[in-house]
Amino acid sequence: MPHVETVYEALDHAHGGEGQWAFGTGFDEPLAGVDTTVPDGVDPADLGEYCLMLGDDALVLAQRLTQWITSAPELEEEVAIGNTALDLLGQARLLLARAGSVGVLGRSRSLATDSIPDEDALAYFRDADEFRCTALVSAVNGDFAQTVARLLVASTIRLAVFARLRESRDPVLAAIAAKGVNELAYHRDHAARWLLRLGDGTDESHRRAQAGVDAVWPLLADVFTATELETRLTAAGIAVDPARVRGEVRDVLTQVLETATLTVPSWPGDAPPRGRLGEHGPDLAELLGPLQSLAREHPAATW
Amino acid sequence: MVTAVRTDARAVAETVTDPELPMLTLADLGVLRDVRVEEGTVVVDITPTYTGCPAMGVMRADLVHALHRAGFADVDVRTVLSPAWTTDWISAAGRRKLAAGGIAPPGSAPVRTAGPVPLQLGPTRRTAACPLCGSADTEELSEFGATACKALRRCRSCREPFEHVKEI
Repeated sequence: MPHVETVYEALDHAHGGEGQWAFGTGFDEPLAGVDTTVPDGVDPADLGEYCLMLGDDALVLAQRLTQWITSAPELEEEVAIGNTALDLLGQARLLLARAGSVGVLGRSRSLATDSIPDEDALAYFRDADEFRCTALVSAVNGDFAQTVARLLVASTIRLAVFARLRESRDPVLAAIAAKGVNELAYHRDHAARWLLRLGDGTDESHRRAQAGVDAVWPLLADVFTATELETRLTAAGIAVDPARVRGEVRDVLTQVLETATLTVPSWPGDAPPRGRLGEHGPDLAELLGPLQSLAREHPAATW
Repeated sequence: MVTAVRTDARAVAETVTDPELPMLTLADLGVLRDVRVEEGTVVVDITPTYTGCPAMGVMRADLVHALHRAGFADVDVRTVLSPAWTTDWISAAGRRKLAAGGIAPPGSAPVRTAGPVPLQLGPTRRTAACPLCGSADTEELSEFGATACKALRRCRSCREPFEHVKEI
């Protein structure tokens, strides 16, 4: 096993002796060596925006989950939440790097210094109105039962989308999806088993599980509505129209809730997309503040 | 000549160990996918175990460092995302080394199909023998462990907890 000093020397060496940017893991380009050619007939700007939608969902949910660190109900669950967030953060990194590789960087690039990698510039130097996540992931955690309910819903939808995205004509998206499916199945099943434990547990855990589900359900209003961009990219064989996963998602969620002795709330009607177009409530800006403040205060910091 | 260089470079790359599971080489783990020489540059393909695996940067740096030390000046470590890594790629030698190191090796990875991924509501059907006493009577304590690739189990015979590389 290499001595620690050797590892850091090697890291330093790999980057021409320059220090590492302090707020990301910039020594490892996530798409190094991956062929990032855009498929024929696809507008790179569209592809990049779509990667922001998928990447921001993962980044923001990861950040929400991270808020449980030091506060989870048991140590094992803290580790589970940390690992789940880490998987999502990994997906976010690849997707934001993919957006950067086709030049979709919004206003972030003008604020971030050149040494900051694209995916970090996108994470730290965009304001809330440039994020493309849905309210399902940006909403506050609530108690643990509500957090579990949201994780179940969000990972069920993401898994269904990613399972189809494995067939995307964009080889980078297809590869990210194929890898993500294995991770997301783990997240979904973990959340589902927690909901079973809570729903079919004590009177108090049942009450809280039902309240958590009831609080999350209205957030489903705009998640199955495609933006014009998603419709366009679905027709081009790149994206997955979220409306296509609605049936599967409802089946899975109904199965989990019924097994957990919980009542399935009425499904909200389809609302026009909001978060995907950058329209967010105050929750997202409140979440991004602590995430971004240090990097913005010290944009040139290295270690 | 080129073949000899490639063989040498491969031999060097195959000695590099995993930063989190130091009893295993990256080759044992199935992370090292290919080593070749392209116009004088040693090109190494690696694949992440998990998308968010924070050890990728260290793996990349360790490979570059080992090859530089062996006299290969130009080294390019590339990430291969597809096909996705599976625990089935951990070699037989790697499984023996894991068990000897007190970590239960994974069983067969779940079969991957093109359609929807079936929901698993029951207890995980994974089994793992205790790497310390060999008993098959073990239980899962947590689906997640100290690193993304491991779950935590306990042996009901010797009562010792142990880590298990989870099938993916």
